[in-house]
Amino acid sequence: MSYPQILFKNRRPGETVFLDGYRKSGGYQGLAKALKTMTPAEVRELVKASGLRGRGGAGFPTGLKWSFFPADTPGEKYLVCNGDEMEPGTYKDRVLLGADPHQLVEGMIISAYALQVPVGYIFIRFAYETCRANLERSIAEAKAAGFLGPDILGSGFSFELHVHGSAGRYICGEETALLNGLEGKRPNPRSKPPFPAVRGLFDKPTTVNNVETLANVQHIVTGGADWFQGLAATEKGAGTKLYGLSGHLEKTPCLELPLGTSVREIIEVHGGGVWKGRKFKACLPGGASTPYLNAAHLDTPLDFEGPEVVGSRLGTAGVTVFDETTCMVRATLNLNRFFARESCGWCTPCRDGLPYVSWLLEKIESGAGTIDDIENLRGQIRNINGRSFCALAMGAMGPVESLLRLFEEEVLDHIKQGGCPFQP
Amino acid sequence: MTELLTQDQIDTFITRAVALAHPREMVIDVLRAIQDQNGWLPDEGVELAARILGIPVIQVEEVATFYDKLYRQPVGRKVIHVCDSICCWSRGGEELYGWLQEQLGIAPGGTTVDGAFTLLPTCCLGACGEAPAMMIGFTTYGDLTPEKVETILEQERKT
Ligand SMILES: Cc1cc2nc3c(=O)[nH]c(=O)nc-3n(C[C@H](O)[C@H](O)[C@H](O)COP(=O)(O)O)c2cc1C
Ligand code: SF4
Ligand code: FES
Repeated sequence: MSYPQILFKNRRPGETVFLDGYRKSGGYQGLAKALKTMTPAEVRELVKASGLRGRGGAGFPTGLKWSFFPADTPGEKYLVCNGDEMEPGTYKDRVLLGADPHQLVEGMIISAYALQVPVGYIFIRFAYETCRANLERSIAEAKAAGFLGPDILGSGFSFELHVHGSAGRYICGEETALLNGLEGKRPNPRSKPPFPAVRGLFDKPTTVNNVETLANVQHIVTGGADWFQGLAATEKGAGTKLYGLSGHLEKTPCLELPLGTSVREIIEVHGGGVWKGRKFKACLPGGASTPYLNAAHLDTPLDFEGPEVVGSRLGTAGVTVFDETTCMVRATLNLNRFFARESCGWCTPCRDGLPYVSWLLEKIESGAGTIDDIENLRGQIRNINGRSFCALAMGAMGPVESLLRLFEEEVLDHIKQGGCPFQP
Repeated sequence: MTELLTQDQIDTFITRAVALAHPREMVIDVLRAIQDQNGWLPDEGVELAARILGIPVIQVEEVATFYDKLYRQPVGRKVIHVCDSICCWSRGGEELYGWLQEQLGIAPGGTTVDGAFTLLPTCCLGACGEAPAMMIGFTTYGDLTPEKVETILEQERKT
């Protein structure tokens, strides 16, 4: 099955496309079209009409986010690209920036024009040095070609773009923590409100968007809103989506598919089926913070609505599959240890609650758990959800909540048998 | 200890800092440069960064103690970060981590006797499709097996 390749049009194994190749494939035509034939407000309207939703995990409609931004008020303002990508199971931005980095640069210039922002930053995680180098080279090439810097293509619009290399820590992907990190402060999250659109980087209005979100913008400008909506597999969806496959599959590629492709198609067709001829047990549909889906959910379309209907989220669309031999208590323990270690320590429900959840899961896994521990876990979910300072701890509760909802029998078996049923 | 930064590097950073409205935004760049030069980030490095940026030492320290890829203790010539997140876990990451500890004769956090490697865990490296994965220096290696890791270690020891 082959689908239209938009973001991965120029992707070749082991290769990175730079300015020449990018222009040959139509690159920077969207920029020329936007700057020469559209007003900033028209670009914003177009993005709104396209139905583009944020690809960073929360799925917020991009046009709506941009409508809160004081684009028409002159002054210091910022556009920030979130390239922290540290949620386990998520690696789409790395593949995108490894294949065709100019897409992000062009998308950011058009977005900056739409929002009338003079300065942008790309925040890149420590482990992505290659992506950072690709971006730095692309920025230099774009500058030399007159696509970046003062008076771009004679339009009077000027934009400068910087790359910030980080030094680890998942919390830096939370947009307000990221802003603190960019400022050189300790990256604990900030309170919202004020939202970044009002007071963001250096206390100035700021829009934060994901790599994949921004990389879609010039394609929307060239192709139009109707074309973009038509790319999705579902009525409500718009655009393609980069799905990153991982876990117990025969093949684990990162693929561009119509938004709303079903879990079943992703696993059976694109992932080559569950590995070793085993049966499917569960998957995380969109990264470590999304509640599990089980075998009853295989026909769920992976757009923004589909997973919500069955108690989960699209998240980052990193699909991690578990086969029938997986102990879901151990899988959940692994996930929870990640969140506990990456907690920034700012608020008590997360700093103290997550290690306690790990302790409870360990106790159950080791066979020392009691029925009360299940109630304790439920109590922790109630205590943490809605009470943590940022969404990290709430995300951590996704797998725990769905463990108890979908795999309660298995948890009970650990308690009844006084040990893990999967460890002979 | 070698010098924390060359005079050239210090001058370049100061020139950049002076031109910025918020020099503090450079702090990670400066700390990473010191670590690149020195292997790790000693207190003297934190103080030097504060002097370069013209900000109080505590403002550098609060950053230096936050990030897990800034090493506040001496490390080996190279740091091996083994991914212990879910996708790698699902494809033998734990076993690989155990095997590496045996092979190198060190526990997590330890440094080999020849000073070549320090072994540390890391969360997801964004190589989930090539699990299990690890990072040595800035290089990410995926689809690891003990045989493959043996070859990689041999090469990394030489460079
Ligand atoms: C703990 C945490 C980590 C996050 N990490 C990322 C990330 O690595 N990349 C990203 O784009 N968004 C991440 N987000 C979501 C951002 O806060 C923000 O919603 C997103 O960058 C907005 O971009 P979008 O609207 O284009 O999706 C994270 C959120 C939380 C709570
Ligand atoms: S929820 Fe966790 S990561 Fe978020 S502010 Fe609280 S301690 Fe920090
Ligand atoms: S989980 Fe190991 S690289 Fe993503």
